[in-house]
Amino acid sequence: MDTFINISSSVFLLTGSFLCISGGVGILRFPDFYTRMHAVGVTETLATAMILIGLMLHNPDFFVDIKLMIILIMSLFISPTASHALASAAMRNDFSQKNNEKPDSEQVKPWNP
Amino acid sequence: MESLIDIVLLAFLVGIAFAIVWMKDLLAVIMLLGIYGLLSASFFVAMDAVDVAFTEASVGAGISTLLMLVTIAMTGRSEHPVRHKPFLALAVVIITGSLLIYGTLDMPYFGSAQAPVHQHVAPRYINDSIEEVGVPNIVTSVLASYRAFDTFGEVVVIFTAGMGVLALLSVVRRPKNTTGDKARDIAKIDLINDSMHEQHLVLRIVTKMLIPFIFLYAFYVQFHGDYGPGGGFQAGVIFASAIFLYAMLFGMSTARRVINQSFIQLLAAIGVLLYGSVGVVSLLNGKNFFDYSALSVDPIAGQHLGILLIELGVGCTVASVMVIIFFSFADRKDNGQNLESNGIENNLKENNKK
Repeated sequence: MDTFINISSSVFLLTGSFLCISGGVGILRFPDFYTRMHAVGVTETLATAMILIGLMLHNPDFFVDIKLMIILIMSLFISPTASHALASAAMRNDFSQKNNEKPDSEQVKPWNP
Repeated sequence: MESLIDIVLLAFLVGIAFAIVWMKDLLAVIMLLGIYGLLSASFFVAMDAVDVAFTEASVGAGISTLLMLVTIAMTGRSEHPVRHKPFLALAVVIITGSLLIYGTLDMPYFGSAQAPVHQHVAPRYINDSIEEVGVPNIVTSVLASYRAFDTFGEVVVIFTAGMGVLALLSVVRRPKNTTGDKARDIAKIDLINDSMHEQHLVLRIVTKMLIPFIFLYAFYVQFHGDYGPGGGFQAGVIFASAIFLYAMLFGMSTARRVINQSFIQLLAAIGVLLYGSVGVVSLLNGKNFFDYSALSVDPIAGQHLGILLIELGVGCTVASVMVIIFFSFADRKDNGQNLESNGIENNLKENNKK
């Protein structure tokens, strides 16, 4: 039983870390603002959830589990909302047009507001 | 492994500091300052200073970012280019910096147990605080009991800052509105509200769900400070940030209807008064200023009561001063151009045309 819990918690933690890193690669490599935001916004939620579940499995203390659960629920609410706010603010300020006017060579650079 | 984490965090801090100096876009600078605060908080956690990390995360990364955002909403987003030759300033900075580094050469080795800091009063705090004060969190017992006078000074400083902002920025608020009839005001607020409702629907609903939990968390931090990291300062800041969130998403006019300004100002003063009067009560009972064992027959119970009361005072003052500062800044902005209502009326007109 112990080994099963250990293995599953490591799997969760590793998956979470991989998603974090892939989000980071996405923000560096994707061409324009919206795809970058998509990369981070989608992976971040899942990665946080995975890491928190991994930590929950790892920890025997019941109260710590409850606290991690609350953090998990909060982050499931907050991070999609934050991505939504960012994207809608960019939409409202017509960010897409500005970005598309740039020549191709500049698009590879990280976004500098 | 731990030193690797330290190196990475410190390298990030240095990189962000340089980026802050170079950037001209103030919004990006503020975001970087928030990241800087969060990284220093992680650094403090790595050094096992959880209370300091908590304060840094809530103040440095949280509320000061919000206050600076409100400020650049008033002042504009880009830095003015300054044409001057900073050689004199550079020379002064280099000389001072090298003198400071020269000064550190005499200091004891980092983390050394023989350092004077670890020999002076720290052993007494670590060994005796659980018997003298009876609070598991040593940081709270130092901050609220042994060093209560210093903390009182800090609270007075925060209170004074709030009063200073009020004295500098408070203006007679829109005489037009106060003389006009109230029903029209409320109708106008409702109009603004409705038009914002479409734009911020998702944000508003999620915020409505989250705000009670933020308040609950603030109370938890406030009253759990004896047993874990936390206390009045952090709780006050978290409490105020929930109010900021409400004001940002539901409009200043709605927030002003919900939160009574004069009550908030009164609360800021009451916090300091509560803190100070705990000291005076212990003085009148024949003990030293802020010696809480005078508050009850059992000295430990007295200490608990005293810490609870002064943390409450700190929380009240910090929360209400933050709210005062935020509201004065936002009022100032509204008064300057009344953008909020004008912009939205224009939006409505455009929508009607469509």
